[in-house]
Amino acid sequence: MPVPSRCWPATARSCESTWRAPQPKPVMAQLNPITTLTTAVHTLLSSAELDALGLSLDVAARSVLFSLPLAVLVAWTLTRARLPGRPVLDAFVHLPLVLPPVAVGYVLLVVFGINGPIGSWLHGRWGIQVAFTTGGAALATAVMTFPLMVRAIRIALENVDPGLEAAARTLGAGPLDRFCSITLPLMLPGILAGAVTAFAAGLGEFGAVITFASNIPGVTRTLPLALYTAIQSPGGDAAALRLAILSLILGLVGLLGAEVLARRVRRFLGR
Amino acid sequence: MLRVSISKKRGEFVLQADFAVPTPAVVALFGPSGCGKTTLVNLISGLLAPDEGRIQLDDTVLTDTNEGICVPAERRRIGYVFQDARLFPHFNVRGNLRYGLRRSSAGGSPLIGFEEVVSLLGLPELLDRRPHQLSGGERQRVGLGRALLSQPRLLLLDEPLASLDIARREEVLPYLEALRERLALPMVYVSHQFEEVLRLATHVVLMDAGRVVAQGTPEEVSLLPQLRAIVGPDSVGSVLDGVVTAVHPPVGMADLQLGTGCLHVSLQNVAVGSKVRVQLLARDIILATQKPQGLSVRNEFRGVIADITPDDPDTVLVKVDIGGVTVLARITQQASQALAFRPGSPVWVLVKAVSMRGRAFPLPR
Repeated sequence: MPVPSRCWPATARSCESTWRAPQPKPVMAQLNPITTLTTAVHTLLSSAELDALGLSLDVAARSVLFSLPLAVLVAWTLTRARLPGRPVLDAFVHLPLVLPPVAVGYVLLVVFGINGPIGSWLHGRWGIQVAFTTGGAALATAVMTFPLMVRAIRIALENVDPGLEAAARTLGAGPLDRFCSITLPLMLPGILAGAVTAFAAGLGEFGAVITFASNIPGVTRTLPLALYTAIQSPGGDAAALRLAILSLILGLVGLLGAEVLARRVRRFLGR
Repeated sequence: MLRVSISKKRGEFVLQADFAVPTPAVVALFGPSGCGKTTLVNLISGLLAPDEGRIQLDDTVLTDTNEGICVPAERRRIGYVFQDARLFPHFNVRGNLRYGLRRSSAGGSPLIGFEEVVSLLGLPELLDRRPHQLSGGERQRVGLGRALLSQPRLLLLDEPLASLDIARREEVLPYLEALRERLALPMVYVSHQFEEVLRLATHVVLMDAGRVVAQGTPEEVSLLPQLRAIVGPDSVGSVLDGVVTAVHPPVGMADLQLGTGCLHVSLQNVAVGSKVRVQLLARDIILATQKPQGLSVRNEFRGVIADITPDDPDTVLVKVDIGGVTVLARITQQASQALAFRPGSPVWVLVKAVSMRGRAFPLPR
């Protein structure tokens, strides 16, 4: 950031005083692990690659936030509700697992594109454009990781003893109260595991994102898209390798994080 | 008054229950495993909806299929103590106890407060523990406290001791007795152990194969052949409630007034004038045609044979009236014939004091 010239004398003076009475602060700053790490990252990665990393984290986080409440609702419906069309809903939710991601991205484009039924309404009524934006990348990621999340939450819900909910009932708790005070806290390990897994998977979503949100640097060029771009460009081998290693580390941290979290919560619940 | 008249079909099993008991009372639902006791309490609690019928507690109709009434379980104010306790694993003991208290809707004076439940059930040391750190008996006590704090007007207990071993049962039973003493709260106690019924119940509803086969006080029910069919020949015996006329503290004996005679029972910590319930097992009773001489038996009553019914192929059950009180005796058919017993014959009833050990319990006044 450019420093206004009229500040110079003040800065010089303060530097002088620091030199006269040396403080341990600058030394500490050099040894601060976060500062050291930031410096190392800046040396290793270019700013475009850093953008891609930041964007991937942003997109994955948004996708998890979008889909988490809906995933809890769908998991509950699939496990507890007596719905006539349950198998159909089940199949529909799991569709992204078996469809080519590009097909999912294309369907999103048809529906949420500026001329699509929902996309045109969003644009005309609210002035919101989804396709070719960071939000669009998050939406595509959310759809792709939705089955993972529903699966984890559903398993957690199936492990909640309905007898405990019955006990809460006899103690005067109504349906919503029971869900919030008993069911939801007991599902927490599964919800957390599902969210972290979906987040880690969302960091690497490629096909649906590139189809629906395109490959715009700084807007929708997430890690896998940047990796793809690097492979496609001459002399991008070193960058591609760096990005691949970065993806690997992120994935590992995500999966280990999910496991540690789930274990902690399970211990808290005494299982 | 708790009136239940209800039917429910579950697969092959059909429950058809009709009974009415006064309130407040401790009603024991007694019957063999799988006879529909748990289904019946689930219907009373509202966790299960009946196919047909009506449940009324005092002035409140809880269920009436003809009028389309079915109060949801969460608004019935019926406490439920489950066989498996069902404590919430994500709360500590205090959190579990408070769960019902916070949601209780008792207007006016509450049945019981937090501090009193904690002291009555011996929970002060457990408040900060988590359910998985408790023993089975402790868990049941917390479950009981949690149900009480929801300020119920009826308490259902579904075999609260069934998952505990004999020693652990003693961690819970005295608390249940204390509760019966302290609160005028109607309770329905499900059990397949007649000893528990003996100790706690003021009324018994006998169930077998989905039907109510008999109901009455423990004294009345103990003489019925329907009970004999459930408990088997060795556990049959008349239940008698008597008043303590004298105590002998050094030896731990008490004298009970029963009909024409006096029964010496080994029993600690009872006062003169208090009520005691005792069961005399039919197989432990000796009948004699003359007043015995030189026997170690401490208890002898003069009586008249009221009835003789064949039981096993080789034994008979003899009902003897000892002055308004009926005692059951099991003797062999040969003995009955050799002594020429028939209804109206005068006999002496002999009971060993030792045989009543563990079968005599103090009752609330």
